[in-house]
Amino acid sequence: MTATDMAAAGGPGQSGTARPRVLPGPAARSPWAIAGRRLRHNRSAMASLVLFMLIVAISLAAPLYAHDIAHVNPFANNLNGTTVVGGHQVPIMQQGGGTLHLGETPIGPTWDMGHYFLGADNLGRDVAARLLYGGRSSLEIGIGSALICCAIATLVALAAGFFGGAVDALLSRLMDLIWAFPVYLLAISISTVLLTRANGMQIGPLHLVAGSLWLPTLIIALIYVPYVYRPVRGQVLSVVSREYVEAAIAQGASNVRLIFSEILPNVVSVVIVLFPLMIATNILTESALSFLSIGVQPPNASWGTIISDGQQLLYTRPWVSLAPGFMIVLVVLSLNVLGDGVRDALDPRAKVRRAG
Amino acid sequence: MLLFTVRRVLWTVLVMFVITLLVFVIFFKTPGVDPARSLAGRNPSPQVLAEIRQQFGLDRPFPVQYLVMMKKLFITRDLVSYSNQGQRVFPEITAAAPATLSLVFGAAVIWVALAIAMGVAAAVLRGTILDPLLMIIALIGISMPVFWLGEVANLITQSKMHGTPLFSWVPPLGYTPLTQNPGLWFEGLLIPWLTLSVLYVGLYARVLRASLIEIGNEDYVRTARAKGLTEQRVLIRHTLRTSMITFVSLFGLDFGVLVGGGALLTEVVFGIHGVGYLTYQSLSNLDLPVIMATVVYGAFFIVLANTLVDVAYSWLDPRVRIS
Repeated sequence: MTATDMAAAGGPGQSGTARPRVLPGPAARSPWAIAGRRLRHNRSAMASLVLFMLIVAISLAAPLYAHDIAHVNPFANNLNGTTVVGGHQVPIMQQGGGTLHLGETPIGPTWDMGHYFLGADNLGRDVAARLLYGGRSSLEIGIGSALICCAIATLVALAAGFFGGAVDALLSRLMDLIWAFPVYLLAISISTVLLTRANGMQIGPLHLVAGSLWLPTLIIALIYVPYVYRPVRGQVLSVVSREYVEAAIAQGASNVRLIFSEILPNVVSVVIVLFPLMIATNILTESALSFLSIGVQPPNASWGTIISDGQQLLYTRPWVSLAPGFMIVLVVLSLNVLGDGVRDALDPRAKVRRAG
Repeated sequence: MLLFTVRRVLWTVLVMFVITLLVFVIFFKTPGVDPARSLAGRNPSPQVLAEIRQQFGLDRPFPVQYLVMMKKLFITRDLVSYSNQGQRVFPEITAAAPATLSLVFGAAVIWVALAIAMGVAAAVLRGTILDPLLMIIALIGISMPVFWLGEVANLITQSKMHGTPLFSWVPPLGYTPLTQNPGLWFEGLLIPWLTLSVLYVGLYARVLRASLIEIGNEDYVRTARAKGLTEQRVLIRHTLRTSMITFVSLFGLDFGVLVGGGALLTEVVFGIHGVGYLTYQSLSNLDLPVIMATVVYGAFFIVLANTLVDVAYSWLDPRVRIS
């Protein structure tokens, strides 16, 4: 119904005075446009979005940095190599650098983009280049598992909320069971066992090479499904009995059409609010699993594995551990601020239970 | 109330059964995973594998294996480690438990006190610059990986600033039992406590602030103000009191998770030999029985804590019982 229809329907007594009213600009926009506008006016959220995109862009440029600026292979040991500091050739592994470390200490940060900017790790590998490659893995896992997790949770929630009854009871109980299982313990259990398989594994048509990033991605996606499922199912239940759904049923719409073109568009905002928070949670989970050496496997790097690599060098070369930690904090913080902004923009009253 | 409790307890029993089943399937029945192989070492001959299967009962039918494992876990409690032949798992866990409990209890005291102070301050100072400032600090606390924060704390207190009077009292990493030396117990745990509590201070301060502001708009709070109560009294007797319902239930859940294995990362970074550290050590040599035992006991503790919280919650807030 447009504003004109409403005025026309107002009855004979008012038809003389009612003029067709055209609502002014912003109010006539779609809810998505209004939310987008609100988000664009939220300065801290926009700043976080820019920061996040910047880190994504830098991480994607990892090969470019490694090949063309630093000229290193961040995955190969380089124990006998040299680099240039202040015009002098310097060995990467330095003799007698620390009193506690017998033998060699890797070179510290040179703060020179072309030559071991953040120094080297225990195997003489360029930390700055590994940091970028590690960011790529961490972000890929974080975003990938958030996508998979939200997709599965939404589909299950749609099925549960739409069909109701026994289907709902069964699916919800199943989700409650996963929910009751402590997140880290579940991740540790699955990761430990899957890591014992040297030859990779076959999940349906998908073949996972041992050490594939898909393994942590799928594990993390799976363990957080209930956290997304619960709020989405709640929203499906509140939408499923609305008038426009009834109208579509009366028109003879199929179940598939009802679910995907009537209900889904009206629950998707809940998923969008959760999405940045899920990426943040997933990146933290990934780093924890990798730190425990049951996440990303060598030779791949992620921010968690680099922190773990730097643990032995903590007191002599702290930047190996410090740098990836700062990256995690920046990314997760920006996603949290962005998530708050998205929530305020889409539904100022919504409350989100933070997962974890 | 009674019906609710009974239903909740039955559900708990079912959840625990499914968890043990799931853990057992994950550890011993994942297609392609062969515990005998991890026991046998490199390139075992088929005879050795068969012998090990027979010795550890891995050749028996699935339900029997499951029941034997459950018997070993809960009744006879004589589950034996794979990598340390003859080492019983249960005494190892009970020996490690005091360290975990010390860590989590201390951290809980700190995080509850700080979170209440921070959340109340932010809610009361709403409209001033301090509110967003406190919330940014809380958000930063939420965004830090705890194991990294622990490393930074170690770097500062053990190395960079250990020479200064500020941190010269910090003992080397490790755990001293309370019964052995209470002073050293406290000094050794203070930094781990603070590290572990940072995340929860941020989380709880945010939740408490939101809840205080929301409840501040309720009719009964307006009534309390209208009858002339001081702001302080309204806050303590009315708004804060109601907010505590959510706060307490959240606390129960997180406390359960931490005791049940969630403090793993903090224990590893600070070298505190608690239950989480035991899990970590077993991860590196794939000692399946130890990992399985810590996971099952931890999960049980968490599920139990959840049940207690739910029952307490329904007792505090009658509205929950109906749903």
